[in-house]
Amino acid sequence: MEFTGEATMNEVCYIHSQGKKLKSEIIRIKGNVADLQVFEMTTGIGVGDDVEFTGELLSVELGPGLLGQVYDGLQNPLPKLAEQCGFFLDRGVYLSALDEIKKWDFTPSVKVGDKVEAGEKIGFVKEGIFDHWIMVPFQLEGVLTVKSIVKAGSYTVNDTVAELEDEKGERHTLTMKFNWPVKRAINCYAERLKPSETLITKLRIIDTFIPVAKGGTYCIPGPFGAGKTVLQQVTSRHAEVDIVIIAACGERAGEVVETLKEFPELIDPKTGRSLMERTIIICNTSSMPVAAREASVYTAVSIAEYYRQMGLHVLLLADSTSRWCQAMREMSGRLEEIPGEEAFPAYLESLIAAFYERAGIVRLKSGDIGSVTIGGTVSPAGGNFEEPVTQATLKVVGAFHGLSQQRADARKYPAIHPLESWSKYTGIIDKEKTEYGRAILFKGDEVGQMMKVVGEEGTSLEDYIIYLKSELLDFVYLQQNSFDPVDAAVTPERQRHVYDLLLQVLTAKLDFAGKEEARNWFNRMRQNFLDYNGKEWKSDEFNKLEEAISQLLAEKKIGVEANAEGIVG
Amino acid sequence: MQKVYSKIESISGNVITVTATGVRYKELAVVETRYGSSLAEVIRLRGDEVALQVFNGGRGVSTGDEVRFMGEPMKVSFSDNLLGRIFDGSGRPRDGGPELTDTMIEIGGPSVNPAKRIMPRNMVRTGIPMIDVFNTLVESQKLPIFSVSGEPYNELLARIALQAEVDIIILGGMGLKYDDYLFFKETLETGGVLSRTVFFVHTAADPVVESLLVPDIALAVAENFAIHGRRVLVLLTDMTNFADAMKEIAITMEQVPSNRGYPGDLYTQLASRYEKAVDFEGAGSITILGVTTMPGDDVTHPVPDNTGYITEGQFYLRNGRIEPFGSLSRLKQQVNDKTRPDHRAIMDGMIKLYAAYKESLEKKSMGFRMSEWDEKLLTYGEMFEREMMDLSVNIPLEEALDKCWEILATCFEPEETGLKTELIAQYWKNKV
Repeated sequence: MEFTGEATMNEVCYIHSQGKKLKSEIIRIKGNVADLQVFEMTTGIGVGDDVEFTGELLSVELGPGLLGQVYDGLQNPLPKLAEQCGFFLDRGVYLSALDEIKKWDFTPSVKVGDKVEAGEKIGFVKEGIFDHWIMVPFQLEGVLTVKSIVKAGSYTVNDTVAELEDEKGERHTLTMKFNWPVKRAINCYAERLKPSETLITKLRIIDTFIPVAKGGTYCIPGPFGAGKTVLQQVTSRHAEVDIVIIAACGERAGEVVETLKEFPELIDPKTGRSLMERTIIICNTSSMPVAAREASVYTAVSIAEYYRQMGLHVLLLADSTSRWCQAMREMSGRLEEIPGEEAFPAYLESLIAAFYERAGIVRLKSGDIGSVTIGGTVSPAGGNFEEPVTQATLKVVGAFHGLSQQRADARKYPAIHPLESWSKYTGIIDKEKTEYGRAILFKGDEVGQMMKVVGEEGTSLEDYIIYLKSELLDFVYLQQNSFDPVDAAVTPERQRHVYDLLLQVLTAKLDFAGKEEARNWFNRMRQNFLDYNGKEWKSDEFNKLEEAISQLLAEKKIGVEANAEGIVG
Repeated sequence: MQKVYSKIESISGNVITVTATGVRYKELAVVETRYGSSLAEVIRLRGDEVALQVFNGGRGVSTGDEVRFMGEPMKVSFSDNLLGRIFDGSGRPRDGGPELTDTMIEIGGPSVNPAKRIMPRNMVRTGIPMIDVFNTLVESQKLPIFSVSGEPYNELLARIALQAEVDIIILGGMGLKYDDYLFFKETLETGGVLSRTVFFVHTAADPVVESLLVPDIALAVAENFAIHGRRVLVLLTDMTNFADAMKEIAITMEQVPSNRGYPGDLYTQLASRYEKAVDFEGAGSITILGVTTMPGDDVTHPVPDNTGYITEGQFYLRNGRIEPFGSLSRLKQQVNDKTRPDHRAIMDGMIKLYAAYKESLEKKSMGFRMSEWDEKLLTYGEMFEREMMDLSVNIPLEEALDKCWEILATCFEPEETGLKTELIAQYWKNKV
């Protein structure tokens, strides 16, 4: 593409081709030739077509009305697009991301003469259950003076609500919405804090053993069929955060449809409202144009940062970051750049790092705390973690939830591998206690391996008991029954309680005459724990089963293992 | 106006370049050679240099041959007249019938708006217990059969096509052996479904490039039938040939290869085809069954690997049987709660016991002592393989479930099965 005058890197252009305007972005400039990537199918574009420059970088529209929406990677609202175009995603149709007709009840919080800075609140509207702050656009610089502000009342997102004057005397009119370039991180906060508070997912294996922190990052690599998407879906339902943003990036459309149809009907136990009211879906499924897929994760993270600026805790789930990286690879290939490993571009690592670095917990200028947590799935080719995307991701994330094919095949849910996975964050249970559990898993695994070679006959009773203990821990604690309404989501309080009880069994010195007896005893223990997991917290049946477990344990317990003294009281 | 150019600048593999203006991306052209004419598609524009992919291949193309641009992208006729007809990879009749030109539609159209999709809810009955009972096929599902050369995957496809309750069957063959093509034709003819079948067949003897068009044409036609309220089953065999054709073109075009020579956009290319599987709100549906042969029986090969990430499960066809392990239908839980109350329990219970059988078998082969329980499992495993897994078994779902209970009753005591007491009370058969 040739141009005269000025062109900006990442500027948005429209190609006028056969009566349609196709959105595209400048990705390389050389002399007076700019390379564009088109966010649509390129069929029918010809040499000689006109190109219109907008002077704007690719940006998202931020304002009230984002929650509950379903967007494509360029923030086109999909349900509205369907009303207009029918079954298919026609090319060259772009709609406004926010509802322009809806009126919002605006309450101002500043008065004329007040001094404000970028990111500070000038008022708020009620968006569902949240106070949606109307803020000074993040790109305005210096200290600004409020010159006018409207009275409390109903306004649309396009109505002027305030006028500000900057230090140079320039006037800015504010509406309730503004644009922000997606590839720039929003940094209007006082300071970034260390992620220390655990983000509750209500999955035992995660919260107890490999926790995620608010403002932290984690990744879920796994081969196909291991349950990455299911895990993300479950997390998006149960995670204790204010807002969940789902970026379905280059994955199956059918899975998005499931979320789309089910979420409006699911009730969030915390707020009593539909889950959709706290959810935003950015979906750019595998058959939608590749270039928009590359943009979609940035669109998602920008919206996440926007809500963080209101002092909310946001969880961004990106499924899958591998597809995003593949989109970069396709573009890099087209630009004929020198390829790096597996033909991924050489800058892959720095882009992945920059993306995950946009997560974080911050103290805003107002003193409120807000956070963005990013969880990304990775789909490594052939299920082999030694590939560039997985490796680059592992370098920058704070927790690693590796899924294993063997566990998935054995119908163990969640199929997170307890020994290979790790986390740098603090969980809800003392490290001493979880380390003890981990050690049992590790030793049990070793014994299991050995037993495959020498058979049950060749294993000592002592080792066999360790093996049975590790099996018990795996069965009744690491695995969860997602179809059971009680067991599907477990509160931290209950996790602590159950783990303490289980630890009594794991640390106990047990007296058995032989392997047969040991196996039977552990089978009964397992059955009790499974039933126990399915009962309502502190119900009569729950207490009864707890009693039964303690009794069963007392029958065989002859003391505490030497290495466990001090862990159990 | 059609422009004619008579100077071909370069010929490299199946790709030729000419200097031309006013040409659009993906436009179609006709190349007149000494050996007949061939269609070609614009695959790159650089200034006034136009690169075209010649469907019949570069062999025999001379620098002096004529290239005539048609001014529009590849289209295919769509109407009920297609039914019962056989075409080649670029849409020309292969059965000697007349060429169709009414209501031309574009191929490779835009993708469906996710907001317009609905949750799949209908089961596709195939009469194969390993599918119906254990990994139910669902309308609008996209599912490949992972297999290796020599396995009866085409026979399996043909059987499913004959028995599936759908309105229209579209067969897309890529690099199909001529014998296999005849096999499909005969089987569907004897089965009496030829009148509601459309063939787009590219045989192994045809120019490689033509196979690239087969999925697009087949799916474009399927999409239009689906919009008109029909339930369509699309069979694609074999997608590995399609991927290989893509690799060939990419290398000729000097694209940077990513993994084992395949282009970096392999995932996207495969996904844009498989994702055409859809259940339209208020209209018909498309179900896609593909065959992906795994070179060297290696599932981590780029083609099966990428396919697995795209499709909603997979069937492994090995030693003439659908393997219970690894095979997966991701959509089965959408339908198998509505069939019969014992369906889910039998599905899990039988497989768990079969897994136990495999362990016992391993122990036996390593020379460990067999317990009474092991012996029971061994009998069970053999019976299961003979009466359920064998591909010649052809019974409806309900009968298959009854058969499962019968097998369980023959081999085990009720409490050994791990099934719920209520179900056992209802379905347990006394020993014959």
